[in-house]
Order: sequence, then C-alpha cells, then structure tokens
Amino acid sequence: MKTGQHTPTRYLPFGDNALLIEFGDVISSEINRKVIALDEAIAKAEIQGIEELVPTYRSLLVRYDALKVSYEQLVFRIKNIETKLNKLSIEKAGRKIIIPVVYGGEYGPDLSHVAQYHRLTEEQVVELHSGREYRVYMLGFVAGFPYLGEVAEQISTPRLETPRLKVPAGSIGIAEKQTGIYPCEAPGGWRIMGRTPLRLFNPLQQPPSPLKPGDTVKFEPISEKEFKITEEAIIKGAYTPISKEQ
Amino acid sequence: MKVFRVLKPGFFTTVQDLGRYGYLRYGVPISGAMDMFSLIVANLLVENNPNDACLEITLIGPELQALTKTQIAITGGAISPKINGQNVPMWQTLNIQEGDIISFGKMESGCRAYLSIRGGINTPLVLGSRSTFVRGGFGGMNGRQLKTGDIIEGFDSPSLKVEHKMPEMLVPQFTNHIKVHVIMGPQADMFTEKGINTLLSNWYKVTLEADRMGYRLEGPLIEHKAKADIVSDALLPGAIQVPKNGKPIIIMRDAQTTGGYPKIAVTITTDVSLLGQAKPSDIVEFSKITVKSACEKLREHYKLLNNLSEMFIRSR
Repeated sequence: MKTGQHTPTRYLPFGDNALLIEFGDVISSEINRKVIALDEAIAKAEIQGIEELVPTYRSLLVRYDALKVSYEQLVFRIKNIETKLNKLSIEKAGRKIIIPVVYGGEYGPDLSHVAQYHRLTEEQVVELHSGREYRVYMLGFVAGFPYLGEVAEQISTPRLETPRLKVPAGSIGIAEKQTGIYPCEAPGGWRIMGRTPLRLFNPLQQPPSPLKPGDTVKFEPISEKEFKITEEAIIKGAYTPISKEQ
Repeated sequence: MKVFRVLKPGFFTTVQDLGRYGYLRYGVPISGAMDMFSLIVANLLVENNPNDACLEITLIGPELQALTKTQIAITGGAISPKINGQNVPMWQTLNIQEGDIISFGKMESGCRAYLSIRGGINTPLVLGSRSTFVRGGFGGMNGRQLKTGDIIEGFDSPSLKVEHKMPEMLVPQFTNHIKVHVIMGPQADMFTEKGINTLLSNWYKVTLEADRMGYRLEGPLIEHKAKADIVSDALLPGAIQVPKNGKPIIIMRDAQTTGGYPKIAVTITTDVSLLGQAKPSDIVEFSKITVKSACEKLREHYKLLNNLSEMFIRSR
C-alpha cells in the first residue's frame, strides 16, 4: 500500500463534463509523477474538446466540452496516451524554485512548539525543514497554495486543534508530512514555521502562480533584515524569484 | 460609461459572467453565475453576448439610480422589480431613463436574480473573467460585493432600441423543492449500497450554511463502507461530497478546487443552475442518470438557448 505502484489506473466519470483519472489513493511522488507526466502528454496531444486539466496529488481531472467529445472517445484517446508514457517522461524533473524564509519569532509562531514536540532545538527544526527539496504535488485550498512534500519524519507535526482565524500571507506551515505556503491571508490550522516575502499568487499575472505541480521547492533561511529588503524589492517590482530548469 | 449609482447594495450583490476557466490547476475556482441559464437569458434579452457580465442579486435586491439612458433585463428568482416604485415585469427588455430608480420587492421564489445592462457591465477582466470571487478578493467590483456609492460602469452600446420578451412557457418556475439529476461517482464505491440508496431515495434540506461556495444538506445520514477520507483530488461545481458525519455537501461555484472527502455523485451541468436557485430550508431530491442521457439534456439545453437567441435576433 506504500507506493500504490501496482494499482491499475481508474477512469471514472466526474459528472457530465469531466473525467477523473485516479492513479491511487496515497501521497507518493511516484504516483504524482505519473499524474504530471500524463497531464503534460495530454496537453501536448491537443485533443479537441478538452478544456482544462487539473493535476492533484494522485489524480488528473480532465474537464471537457461534452458537445465536442464523448466520454468514451476521451477515455479511448487518453488510455492510448497513458500506455505510451515512458520512464523518461515520468522521471523528468521539474523546475527548481528557491523560497527565502524567515523562521521563528513572529514570522513562525509555531516553530518553538514543533521543536518542543519533537525534543529538538529550533535550529535543528529549521535545518531539517530547509535541508531538503520538496515536490509541488498540487495547488489548491486557496488560490496558489502549494501542497509540498514530504517533510522529514522528525518534524512531521499534527495540525493545530483549533485553526487560526487568520494566517498571514507568505506563512509556511506543516501539517503532518506536508508543508505548504499561504499565498494570502486565510484561516488555517497548519503549524506556522516561518514566512516568505515572495508572493505566491497574483491574479493580475499570467500565470497567476510562480509554482506549478511537478516543480521542486527549496527553502532558504534568511534574516529579518533580508526579508524586509526582499519585500521592498518585490513591491517595487525589482525582484525575480530564483528558478532553474533541472 | 457610468450606468448606475448604487444607493443600497442589497444583501449580497456581485458582478458575474459565465466564469473563469483554465485556472483550476492554480487553485482558482470557476466562479460565475450560480444560475447560468438565467444569466444567459438576461444577456440575450438585451442582445448582449451570453458571457457578458451582469449583477447577481441574492435574496434582497439593491437600489440603483440610473446615471444615463439605458436598457436592462431582469431574470432569475421572482423578485418584483420596480422602476420609480412602479412594478415592472421580469424576463423582458426594460427601458431606463436617466434618474430612474430601480428597486426590488421580496424574493418570492428562487434565490438569485440577474440584471443585465445593454452592452454589458464593464469591470476589468481578471484571468479572463469579470466574475467576482469574494474569498479571493478579485474580479468584478474590486473583488467584493457591491456597496453603497459604487458606480457601475457599462460598455457603450450601438443602440437602445432592442425589445424582447421570454415566451411565457419558457420562463422557469422555481419552487422550494428542487429535483436534480446526478451521475454516480467518481468515488461512489466508497459508500455502501444502503448509503447510495439513502441519497437517491430521500429528501435533503438546504441548511443555513449555504452560499456561493456550497450547500451543507440535512437529511438521512449516508453510510460509507469504511473510511471517509481520500487523498485530496479535484472538485467541480455540482459535486456531492460526504464527510464522515454522513451529511452531504454540494460544491458550488466559489468552492475550493480540491478536497479530501469522497464524492458520491456529481450533479449534471444543466441542473447545477437549478441548485443555484436553492435557498436555506429548500428541499433537494436526487435521481441518477447516465452520462449519455445527461449529454442529451445538455444538447437540448443549448438548443433551447440557441433558438431563443435566433428568435430574438430575427424579431429585430
């Protein structure tokens, strides 16, 4: 049950205008890689009638115009594409994006709790959280919110019992083995570790989010002073997020 | 062009069109009119494009003062519109003079009415749509509902001489008992046969927790086979998800784009508009249908709208 490797893909109707392709029901990078590979392959095939593809942790939603293509035709075409997915496209690495973070203090009010919970120092928690690369599994919850995984076992922490009514924009949280970034102020129960000055969602930009499913994120600890400098540069439009194709 | 000044905003009035498409993968919901059919007809009655932006009025109407001569149409839930205090009909073109005051009475049936302006409402396009997404704070009137003092801008229209009326027999009659068709799945296999029968053979009541994001329903509890959580996958308007407590939630237009509850069934496209007219304490009844029959209904629906559009244009 760990990887769901041998679970056959399921093609399921989602109402009269969408098809859901399920690859399993677990969080695993292996499953998510298949989702993203199929997402890209379908987009490339430019099938008439497909209006939108929505990759998630473990499934791909295909929204279509039922007057242009039938459910059966779509399943047939996509199954054909799925069988042709090769190892190369599944294992392809996405872009790598660096997210600067001020950890702890007013920026990360739950850092001390996470440290105490796991009998670690705050520095050790920061090291563990920023010491690895995370996969963007999907965007959801609120516009631009990336679900990232997976955090080290040593800092995996349950959500707050009572969610906060307001979590500031840019906050970086942990919920069990997931970590994520609040793109805007929102209610939330994730344990807040720190904050980034980067803007993770801007509806006036195309695309509206700098991250997309399949990307890799690395957190980089910065000082409060650097946070303020970066924040100012962003407001002036003089900051470009660091990203590179791998 | 300034068309209206908002004297009173009403309970919850927003700018909506047919929605924002292509951004679900970034977590941006589709938004748009809760009752797409009524919005499209409102536009056709003033010879707009079906996708032009209108006001979506919820339960209590606004009060608007015309700042120019214009033409409008009001469709959707029966809300007794008035011009300068005089009752005027819905589902037809109305002539408005500069200075006229438009107000509304009680919402007698349905939940949402649509007010179109000849030429369409002009707010900036955000990700390809003028629909207001209040929770995200963008689209429509600065990402929020109308407030007193707002000025509603419209596009210039070529003429103010259109005159159309929806044929009486085609005007929808909204009742407080809404019957919708659903396609089972995608996760119907997580429910017992008893659970599925419970959904399909009982009436569910819309609770007070009902807004543009979705409706929580009250009624016989729906039984899961075992677990009631899934690893999050995508959501679309009309999806019916059932959390562990067994009470169904219908996803509507401003809902989050992913969710971790299994979806027992999904409402067919044409019936999502009917749900858009549901208000708290209304009854919803579900019956199952195949994908193929749903497509037939969708085809008939578009044919009806096309016929209406052609009829209006021919009558010029």
